[in-house]
Amino acid sequence: MCETCGCGDPEIVPIEVQERILSDNDAQAAHNRSHFHGLGVLAINLMGSPGAGKTAVLEATSRAAAGCLKLGAVSGDLATERDADRLNAAGIVSSTITTGSACHLDARLVHHALHHFPSNDRDIFFIENVGNLVCPAIYDLGQAANVVTLSVTEGEDKPLKYPVMFQKADLVLLTKVDLIPHLDFDVAAVEDALARVMPEAEMLKVSAKTGEGIDAWLQWLTERRPAEVERPPEGHGHHHPEHSHEQPHEHH
Amino acid sequence: MHEYSIVASLIDRVQHEATVHGGSRVHRLHVKIGELSGVEVDLLKTAFDTFRERTICAGAELAIDTVSPAWACPSCDRSLAAGAILRCDDCGRPARMVQGDEIILERIEMEAPDV
Repeated sequence: MCETCGCGDPEIVPIEVQERILSDNDAQAAHNRSHFHGLGVLAINLMGSPGAGKTAVLEATSRAAAGCLKLGAVSGDLATERDADRLNAAGIVSSTITTGSACHLDARLVHHALHHFPSNDRDIFFIENVGNLVCPAIYDLGQAANVVTLSVTEGEDKPLKYPVMFQKADLVLLTKVDLIPHLDFDVAAVEDALARVMPEAEMLKVSAKTGEGIDAWLQWLTERRPAEVERPPEGHGHHHPEHSHEQPHEHH
Repeated sequence: MHEYSIVASLIDRVQHEATVHGGSRVHRLHVKIGELSGVEVDLLKTAFDTFRERTICAGAELAIDTVSPAWACPSCDRSLAAGAILRCDDCGRPARMVQGDEIILERIEMEAPDV
């Protein structure tokens, strides 16, 4: 009987759930996280506005990490494979997740991409999210850290306007800093804005064009790499050392 | 417009609960949405009104409880005002969000003779 509203309808019952609506995505993200953990790879969810410089930062990262770190990436793109093409040309093993009209990646899309990814010996795996300062923040993908790119041409108040995105960030990369001399951009103002939405505000100033700050960014990544693990042999898709699959699916 | 994908997850979950409990018609869903969850309540309502037709939720009401954000120091529990620097003045520690990022299905009111 209905005990909630007192309507007296004998057939209406309240079913208590008290769970996140995105619990399915959370479970898939936990699964992805255990894939990354098992492969000893650092997974980074790279987010930011369209044109903030996500792909350019990765190209610069590849130049700086050449010979030291093996990088991989999947790029979320609504309609093209241009980002993955650029990243492959820059030496980052990459594939595209074409989202159609979807404005964000979710854990299921990333899982599918992992199963078709050509290499499983990467040191750092970037998930370059769809350019958008709103939707991607809500979906856990299984990453170890969220990194948000904010370009100096976007203005200092973006963290206050998009607090959900910045509060989820472990690091903000202030990009295109080589343009600062040409702009009325106040770095202290963006630092203040970040401190009001991001409890452990951390920001690095970078320029993909000049290479400024890229070493510090590489250092930040290196410090977060997991301890060495024994890797499975290359060439048969990825391997599942220590997690179970509640929902059976094929591994290619 | 991720609200449509959230509504799709919501309806799937309600369908699952209805199957488990032998439920048929859903009268009302109670959800809790934090103001800093990234979910717009008006868009969520529009998405629900659009997607609920021809599902277990056809005709159901979506009751939304919004939650305003709150922050506190993890050491001394001092609360921090919205818009303030998110670091405790006394302890110097980064604040922790206490509430305000919820995207939760709390309760389903449905006709379920088996319960």
